[in-house]
Amino acid sequence: MLDELKESLRDYEANSLYDFKDEENETNFYREKEGLTRDIVEKISREKEDPDWMREFRLKCLDIYNEMNMPNWGPSIEGLDIDKISSYVRSKSDMKNRWEDVPDDIKNTFEKLGIPEAERKSLAGVGAQYDSELVYHNIKDEVARQGVIYTDFESALKGEYADMVKEHFMKLVPPTNHKFAALHGAVWSGGSFVYVPKNVKVEIPLQSYFRLNAAGAGQFEHTLIIVDEGADLHFIEGCSAPKYNVANLHAGCVELFVGKNAKLRYSTIENWSKNMYNLNTKRARVEEGGRMEWVSGSFGSHVSYLYPMTILKGDNSSMEYTGITFSGKGQNLDTGAKVLHIGEGSSSIINTKSISKDGGIGTFRSSVTVMPSARKSKVSVSCDSLMLDSISRSDTIPGMDIRTNDSDIGHEAKIGKISDEAIFYLMSKGISEEDARAMIVSGFANSVSKELPLEYAVEMNNLIKLEMSGNM
Amino acid sequence: MNTHELLKIENLSVNVSEKEILKGLNLEVNEGEVHVLLGPNGAGKSTLGNAIMGNPSYEITDGKIFFNQKDITDFSADKRAAEGLFMSFQNPIEVPGIRLGTFIRNAISAQTKKPIKLLAYKKKLEEAMKILGMDNNFADRDLNVGFSGGEKKKAEILQLLMLSPKLAILDETDSGLDVDAVRTVSKGVKEYQKRENGALIIITHSTRILESLKIDKAHILIGGRIVKSGGPELVEEINNEGFEKYEQVVV
Repeated sequence: MLDELKESLRDYEANSLYDFKDEENETNFYREKEGLTRDIVEKISREKEDPDWMREFRLKCLDIYNEMNMPNWGPSIEGLDIDKISSYVRSKSDMKNRWEDVPDDIKNTFEKLGIPEAERKSLAGVGAQYDSELVYHNIKDEVARQGVIYTDFESALKGEYADMVKEHFMKLVPPTNHKFAALHGAVWSGGSFVYVPKNVKVEIPLQSYFRLNAAGAGQFEHTLIIVDEGADLHFIEGCSAPKYNVANLHAGCVELFVGKNAKLRYSTIENWSKNMYNLNTKRARVEEGGRMEWVSGSFGSHVSYLYPMTILKGDNSSMEYTGITFSGKGQNLDTGAKVLHIGEGSSSIINTKSISKDGGIGTFRSSVTVMPSARKSKVSVSCDSLMLDSISRSDTIPGMDIRTNDSDIGHEAKIGKISDEAIFYLMSKGISEEDARAMIVSGFANSVSKELPLEYAVEMNNLIKLEMSGNM
Repeated sequence: MNTHELLKIENLSVNVSEKEILKGLNLEVNEGEVHVLLGPNGAGKSTLGNAIMGNPSYEITDGKIFFNQKDITDFSADKRAAEGLFMSFQNPIEVPGIRLGTFIRNAISAQTKKPIKLLAYKKKLEEAMKILGMDNNFADRDLNVGFSGGEKKKAEILQLLMLSPKLAILDETDSGLDVDAVRTVSKGVKEYQKRENGALIIITHSTRILESLKIDKAHILIGGRIVKSGGPELVEEINNEGFEKYEQVVV
């Protein structure tokens, strides 16, 4: 079985990953090996007209980056040539992407998902800004009437809320967290800043989709959301269209601050192109009585490391994480969730689903820490995996560190396959074999899709169907 | 050839896990007829149902199955369903995340290759559920998930009424049900006969479900073969005397 797996990975790399990468190397990248230098970071900082503190922060992050080791515990990221890191970082500004160079599978997926022509080019990082800029401005104006700040990150650094940004930027995810957090700190670019004032309930979900596309492909984007006391926000990140970028590293960072009795729901559908190394870091901190809700659908990418973390700092704070991961051919997706209970009476629910197919590897990691102060806290972790064939793999690695006797902890993991009997049952009522499989898988994913706004749920079901038919 | 002939099974042999279960079985069912398949446990009754419906775990090693004068021996289960075959499962499978009502609607449009108008569908579904004494919100529950034994069987008969096949195989539909549930299920089956002039193959090892149905033919299946066919009187005979007489014949 292992041999088959290696074979399928080799196939994949031979057919798409390296073909493509080599071609780009020939034409656009520097050939010599080079690391990330002070000059490059300073250049980025100059181009962005950073305030002084940000310039210094970037350079400090660069030092940390150079000192830290690569992560050695998850899926292999050998394909990411760290000696050429500057080309990953610089490619966006140095390269003129061409629509003709975008791989056919990505173009086909745009077609199948019904993405309008103008948006396709923008999503592929080759188009000019398009109409969504207008949509973004309309939304921005609408929420501004409630006093909500919703802006791109560069503007936020210089605007009215500059001090607030400075106070929070990379405080939840310090650059020392891991090597790619340090890299992010050094070279971050683009992203969103949202501030919701006290007691303001934002009626419409804010969608980064419009922002990111308008600003170009998000490779090292930073998202900072502050929901003040008693306020309420739903933020949606990403969209179902595969984001394509020739530089195949994504190291974004999301920092979420949920105030006293505030509520934040953060929904994500990510669908990276399948050459992508997605090394993303997301964290939330929740004050007394506050609530954090994560809904997360992870599709695409070659390798993902993604474990959104919630710090339940305040008493009676709570969080719920609902996530699904789909690993297909040539993919190794290492995902999960972390929670740190500090507040008394805090509660967390982690509910994940993982689907693996065509030799894909899905690993679920959970890390739950309950501090002695978190008396009367409640934890419930459940992980459900579905393997669609015998060459795919699914692993569950739960971690628990409970430092009080006065807490209620539950953990449940199930790994299953689609049974032939279930397929026959559905087929006997007239459903085709392909649809029967898709039906079982979307039923399996239902607990996640029902948490998404309708249009996203529809998109996610379409994505599952596409993944199931093997056409992506 | 009889123009009313619906199902014709010729010399059918079937292996399950490489063990021969059916050994050259013959059976003919005409339009609208009710056939009863009786036999002791392990005789091959459910194997026959699964083989007719096209379960790939049941390997046909010899013989042919004709439906509507068409050789369907190599048809997949969904194609057989589209031809008008149906099976009410002995153990319906639980499918989380798919609502019963949504599933039936998908099944109908998969068979007819046409989308269905939602309102008309809802009305028809609610009528059928009423016949079976089911609450309307039953259609919103996940397919067979957490259903009691009786609810599962009712859900199968609901699908029978909604899918309107030409021939329905009822595989132990009455097993494990209380008297009231058997009565409700029988009511649904009779409604199906009335509406569609639908034919039935009723697989059972008891005879309770048969009390309210008019039977055309009964067959006794033992050791992978039909050892005796007859009219309704055969059911009566088995009720009184059991299978002993016929088992001895085989041995």
